[in-house]
Amino acid sequence: MSKKTYSAGVKEYRETYWMPEYVPSETDILACFKITPQPGVPREEAAAAVAAESSTGTWTTVWTDLLTDLDYYKGRAYAIEDVPGDDEAYYAFVAYPIDLFEEGSVVNVFTSLVGNVFGFKAIRALRLEDVRFPIAYVKTCNGPPHGIQVERDIMNKYGRPLLGCTIKPKLGLSAKNYGRAVYECLRGGLDFTKDDENVNSQPFMRWRQRFDFVMDAINKAEEETGERKGHYLNVTAPTPEEMYKRAEHAKEIGAPIIMHDYLTGGFCANTGIAQWCADNGILLHIHRAMHAVLDRNPSHGIHFRVLAKALRLSGGDHLHTGTVVGKLEGDREATLGWIDLLRDSYIKEDRSRGIFFDQDWGSMPGVFAVASGGIHVWHMPALVSIFGDDAVLQFGGGTLGHPWGNAAGAAANRVALEACVEARNQGREIEKEGKDILTNAAKSSPELKTAMETWKEIKFEFDTVDKLDIKHS
Amino acid sequence: MSEVQDYQSRLSDPASRKFETFSYLPEMDSDAIRKQVEYIVSKGWNPAIEHTEPENAFDHYWYMWKLPMFGETDVDRILNETEMCHKANPSHHVRLIGYDNYKQSQGANMVIYRAPR
Repeated sequence: MSKKTYSAGVKEYRETYWMPEYVPSETDILACFKITPQPGVPREEAAAAVAAESSTGTWTTVWTDLLTDLDYYKGRAYAIEDVPGDDEAYYAFVAYPIDLFEEGSVVNVFTSLVGNVFGFKAIRALRLEDVRFPIAYVKTCNGPPHGIQVERDIMNKYGRPLLGCTIKPKLGLSAKNYGRAVYECLRGGLDFTKDDENVNSQPFMRWRQRFDFVMDAINKAEEETGERKGHYLNVTAPTPEEMYKRAEHAKEIGAPIIMHDYLTGGFCANTGIAQWCADNGILLHIHRAMHAVLDRNPSHGIHFRVLAKALRLSGGDHLHTGTVVGKLEGDREATLGWIDLLRDSYIKEDRSRGIFFDQDWGSMPGVFAVASGGIHVWHMPALVSIFGDDAVLQFGGGTLGHPWGNAAGAAANRVALEACVEARNQGREIEKEGKDILTNAAKSSPELKTAMETWKEIKFEFDTVDKLDIKHS
Repeated sequence: MSEVQDYQSRLSDPASRKFETFSYLPEMDSDAIRKQVEYIVSKGWNPAIEHTEPENAFDHYWYMWKLPMFGETDVDRILNETEMCHKANPSHHVRLIGYDNYKQSQGANMVIYRAPR
């Protein structure tokens, strides 16, 4: 029997939630937070406060605490580490018992881990850097509806990255003109085209007509090229009911893949559509609009590697990861880290890639990494080298902006991709020899030659805002 | 700016059909084929050969040439099999596959002999 007695009032968090002697259990969910405390708040107290407020604690003792075994359910802050190169912030490691969370619910895990605690006054800023999901919890989630291996088999794409393109202008095209742009890209040699994330069902182009015309484009391009093709039909919608209605129509017309925005649409909708895709044999492309709001600030928010893990659990066959080389934010080592987290089955702790925990996914399928944004043929050698085969490389402007049109732009990218893959297989260092490889390939492809002349000078050389934490030299 | 060129691809023209990886590059010569075989062997994948009539190339399943060469690492023996398959089926596409039994997928899949047009 418990010998505890009720004593009203405010207790220091560290008396209950700071447990440096605690050895995390194999089934615990582990979290690493970067804490920037208010001046005068001791490290242990702030770490314990985070553990408390993200699990069982509240600001004062309540008598109903004594009706349960809070020592079993509480989160435990078990370690504190300095942040390299930062005198103010530190990492706090918290272990949560698995029974705090509903099985298979990314929604429930994040409601706890990044809930009220992020507005907590004793802390000036707080960032969730990484989460270790125990295999026991991973096994309760459905994860990707198909995964990399099954998608390769369905689409008949082997031994190379896949090629895609987002149709532009992203807003304002009629459905029939939009389908034309899709057809031109696919007949030119792309594997996929993509709805822009902003395209849902606006007055200028309702979803129903878009789906029908795009499917016509896919069918004709398949017949013409003899290759399997797809277009990510965006089913992101104002309500789940509407989302499923659109997905059902995509299935009826034979679309191989649909698309969802998992952060604006929400984890609940995403987990639902992922299960629907598994049940109906439709691939699922995931876009990440809103991620930079959450992940870009180095001291506050949620790191993208955590959002990537959340998506793998919630479900998706593709996820945008940044390009490293294009117009959008992305540090190379950190990007390689979350690409591994999406695709591999076991990822070891590796601080040089920002990975704080070993992560075991067991048999959960892997997710294709999608590189998209501001990339063109000259980036191809670096992209193939960075991403390897299990990626979708998406050239929007780099396809549609070709002086001879979409089909020529698509062919240029396809030739460049295949030339880089062939050279890589031959053991050549494609990043170093990129220019030679592309120049040689362009001899038999006027489309590639023209693309190389068009984009030669474009570079994006701003430094990244969110860097890995490393010691200043 | 160069003159805009038309993209030559037609439903009516069988030459417009592609066949996935490397089909947008010129047909490989024997040296290039050898290097891809060496790549498959270096990855520890199991080489296999398949072939088909060009009009059936869209199908998932092509005809297997014998059985996959499990554990075969002799590049010349693999190349010899590809040539035998090509000679026995001169009007077919012949593709070389590298089975990755750990990923339960194909690490490589490429047409190395193209059917005459």
